[in-house]
Amino acid sequence: MTKKYFQVHALYKDDEVLMNAVKDIRKKDYEIEEVFTPFPVHGLEKALGLKRTRIAITAFLFGITGFITAMAITNYTMIVDWPQNFGGKPNFTYTQNMLAFVTILFELTVFFAAHLMVITFYLRSKLWPWKEAENPYPASTDDTFVIEMEVEDNLDDVKAFLEKTGAFQIDVADKTIEHYV
Amino acid sequence: MYQFSGRIKIVAIALIILGIIGMAYGFISGKSKTIEDAQEQIEHREAKEAHQLENASFSKHTIIGTNIKQQDVHKEETKGHQEEAHADERHAEHVLHQLHNRPWAALFVAMFFLFMISLGILVFYAMQIGASAGWSIVLFRVMEAFSANIVPIGILLFLFLLASAFDLNHLYVWMHAENDPILEGKSFWLNIPAWLIRAAIYIGGYILLRYIIRKKSLKQDEAKDYTAHKKGFTYTIIFIAFFMLTESGLAWDWVMSLDPHWFSSLFAWYIFASTMVSAITVLALLTMYLKRKGYLEFVNSSHLHDLGKYMFGFSIFWAYLWFAQYMLIWYANMPEETVYFAQRYEQYNYLFFGMVLLNLFFPLIILMDIDAKKNYWIVTIIGLILLVGHYVDFFVMIMPATVGESWTFGIPELGALLFFIGLFLFVGFRALSRQPLLAKGNPYMKESLDYHYYTLEH
Repeated sequence: MTKKYFQVHALYKDDEVLMNAVKDIRKKDYEIEEVFTPFPVHGLEKALGLKRTRIAITAFLFGITGFITAMAITNYTMIVDWPQNFGGKPNFTYTQNMLAFVTILFELTVFFAAHLMVITFYLRSKLWPWKEAENPYPASTDDTFVIEMEVEDNLDDVKAFLEKTGAFQIDVADKTIEHYV
Repeated sequence: MYQFSGRIKIVAIALIILGIIGMAYGFISGKSKTIEDAQEQIEHREAKEAHQLENASFSKHTIIGTNIKQQDVHKEETKGHQEEAHADERHAEHVLHQLHNRPWAALFVAMFFLFMISLGILVFYAMQIGASAGWSIVLFRVMEAFSANIVPIGILLFLFLLASAFDLNHLYVWMHAENDPILEGKSFWLNIPAWLIRAAIYIGGYILLRYIIRKKSLKQDEAKDYTAHKKGFTYTIIFIAFFMLTESGLAWDWVMSLDPHWFSSLFAWYIFASTMVSAITVLALLTMYLKRKGYLEFVNSSHLHDLGKYMFGFSIFWAYLWFAQYMLIWYANMPEETVYFAQRYEQYNYLFFGMVLLNLFFPLIILMDIDAKKNYWIVTIIGLILLVGHYVDFFVMIMPATVGESWTFGIPELGALLFFIGLFLFVGFRALSRQPLLAKGNPYMKESLDYHYYTLEH
């Protein structure tokens, strides 16, 4: 079984117009597949009804990982393996010497949280070096905002509606998915 | 236009009267303390310590290198009986001085705390103007009104400093030191006439600049063009520069010189951080109160969210400075510096470490969430915790040098605190009721009224 549909691209020149267009389209119960913007548009994720990101949870977990790693490193190198004596500080227990390590604990916590969060974000967004761009219009990295939609029928209504929302160009492509279940 | 509500007026006046009674009790009972009272206190303390020593292990005394008690024991063994009796007498006299200092120190902690809050509100206001911030204009009249407190509290503070200079109390020991080479080296800065002149310049300068800035802001309400606003901007920049210079001097003169041998180069910043947290917290509490009463209908949860962000940020800044000061001195381990923390560790242990819990961990954990910062209940509770924590912070800055081991939190401390809270509320709300609540002439007004932080829902 195959599925035939039209892939519609509506192009906009302004983020305000785009925001209003997205709101209007969703109000009309048309489904938006994807939006490409040259820069992050504040509030767009809300207008699109996207779920809240869970990256903050990963940041917390990575931070704890970094904290524990830093504790293990400082404990092993400075207390267990070779007790280091700086300025006559008590160097045989971790708790009494912990103040000296707070900076390292803090830095490694931030280091782990920040770097692993970026890597997680890339993995989740399926991005890696030399990956080919997926955006249909190169101009969407410059000054053009693109809304991508999949339309199965009443294409003319959708086109007329998109025209009204302020799109300066509307492109339609025939698409076929084989083995559609 | 705000109506000075009768209930606030009654509460404020009641607080002032209660405070005066408490302080009067403190001064009278403090003055009548005799050497017998001091000896009784020492015996009481020694009995308590002996009891503690029986129960507790030694671990408490081994962390900071200098163990004062062991040294005392060692000294007493080597001394003859006559000298011992003499030392006891001197100790009793020392404790008596501490008991005499207590009402003055209690007064100073509360007065300085509330003065710095009022000044901090003015500085926050100046920062908003100086940065041409758009979001905060709707709160300008609240900030202007409550910074009016620098006038009465500043005058009282100056009278207090005059009283110290004229020997009515002995909080500032450098005024009476003789044959002290360290203090002789500092005498170009720490001498009574220059100290008083500087205090007059600080307080007078703040009052004068506040008066000018507020006048320009009020003039702008009726103005057709923006000359008043531009002039006010210039004076605000002058105020910020003046404040940043004088705040260092203020911190050294009034607080750090209580421990005249001790020094810390970031002490002024530390006081500044504490001041800003307290001031922004008070501002947030007042904003929520006025909003609840229906006066600030143009304030929305985005504005409150921003105040919450500032509370959160400055709390972390405070903790950073607290830790930077503590850790460097702990690490360097130089006796002339560690003495400051050794005393706090021995005598103010729970306060000193408890305030880190209050001032860092509660705001850090609870205010981190975006929705918590616009929730009235959470911000109120965290705000009250922060204010208690920063009162303790000022307490631990001032008390060890003046009252030392004889500290308690009793009627004199509570009385002084109530008095100045009452004064703060009375003067602030009275000033608020004099002018319209919206600085409608400000050119950024539209931006502030429309302010909407993009992920918040109103």
